[in-house]
Amino acid sequence: MAEGAPYWMLWEETVGPGAHWSGLLRRGSTLRLTDVNGGGNAAVLLFNYEDRSERYNMPDTLKAQHTAFLGRTVALYSDMGRVLCSITDDTCGWHDTICGISNAALVEKKFGPARFQERRNEYYRNAYDSLLNELGKYGLGKRDLSANVNFFSKVTVNDAGDLEFHAGHSPPGAFVDLRFEMNCLVVMSSNQHPLDPATDYAPKEIQLTAWHSRPAPRNDPCRTRCPENERGFRNTEVWFR
Amino acid sequence: MIESALDPAQARFRHVIPAGEPWIGSVRQGQYFRILDLEGNQAVDTLFYRAGTLEERYSATDTIRAQGNIYLTTGTALLSNEGNTMLTIVADTCGRHDTLGGACSAESNTVRYALEKRSMHSCRDNFLLALAKWGEQYGRDFSKRDLSSNINFFMNVPVTPAGKLTFADGISGAGRYVEMRADMDVTVLISNCPQLNNPCNAYNPTPVEVLVWG
Repeated sequence: MAEGAPYWMLWEETVGPGAHWSGLLRRGSTLRLTDVNGGGNAAVLLFNYEDRSERYNMPDTLKAQHTAFLGRTVALYSDMGRVLCSITDDTCGWHDTICGISNAALVEKKFGPARFQERRNEYYRNAYDSLLNELGKYGLGKRDLSANVNFFSKVTVNDAGDLEFHAGHSPPGAFVDLRFEMNCLVVMSSNQHPLDPATDYAPKEIQLTAWHSRPAPRNDPCRTRCPENERGFRNTEVWFR
Repeated sequence: MIESALDPAQARFRHVIPAGEPWIGSVRQGQYFRILDLEGNQAVDTLFYRAGTLEERYSATDTIRAQGNIYLTTGTALLSNEGNTMLTIVADTCGRHDTLGGACSAESNTVRYALEKRSMHSCRDNFLLALAKWGEQYGRDFSKRDLSSNINFFMNVPVTPAGKLTFADGISGAGRYVEMRADMDVTVLISNCPQLNNPCNAYNPTPVEVLVWG
């Protein structure tokens, strides 16, 4: 962290291109993800740190807020009707959560083989293996790898339901702020989105910046986005009483 | 709309799942599995697991990504989290099926409708109870971890190009069905959805029938 950083700063770290990361973010802290060079993707899973059977739930998040994507004021729900974190700021406008992650077969098919033996740490990673790597550090595994968020990636559907990936959606310096309403285990891979049409294996670094904030106040825009979120935040506060 | 040539009278297994109840069963590789919407517009929340395992199961995101489309219908390969085809939809007289809407629960009902809806019956209660009572026959140690994003057969959850998602009136009707060929041995876990707060069951949950051939 920079010399002379404000006292409320917690830490700063960079997740390298294609790397994987995990950490604890406590209620009342905010994590900024920055797509430093643009065109990045951060595949993220979230768990209640105290009870990891409670985790980010894509369908509950989408149907509570009548949206098929994440952006500013959206709350990320667990399967227990509570808000794990909410998006307090966002310069990107659209984050995918319906397309999942890359795996070894997909990466090899798109980019060809690149093993550690020949390429050392330039070898091609994939998000499935990367997330399993991090999950294993907490006694979690394949059964815990459910639908994720792909921060910085935009995928829309047409009236027939066909997917369209929007290349160049995230400009250099794009960021999204996650305010944590619960103590969360955050698991992340910076591998490319599985629908990214790029012909080169070229994942981007993601910068992480964490600071002390505070839980959502009464008039918070995430809380007042819809009556569903008022109830979701209420459920969350009961957990901490 | 693709119809099946299979005759219900020749099915090796037939079972009517009453409204609001769970069902767990097995379908073997090569068999055909049909879900019949007996009275119309009944959401059938469904999960698949590779028989005898917990680690490999239906994956909504892999299925969506691989086919490049969010709706399930004839021709859709239902993929696992390991990228294997578990079943393939071979006939469908409804038109399309949802896999983004998930399953209702006591907790999500408090968020979506009202805090006092907590005690209403829900799909995830069905799933949890079925796993607790009968899960051991199908795999060791099933738990809430194994309730990943499911399929909602006969349910209509349109997404607009602007990204709006809604639970809309159903497009199914009495006698419509969806039929799958199993490409591996699978365990099937169903909740015949008891939701009364949105149009997924036309506010009137009804029985459905499951049939197996081969």
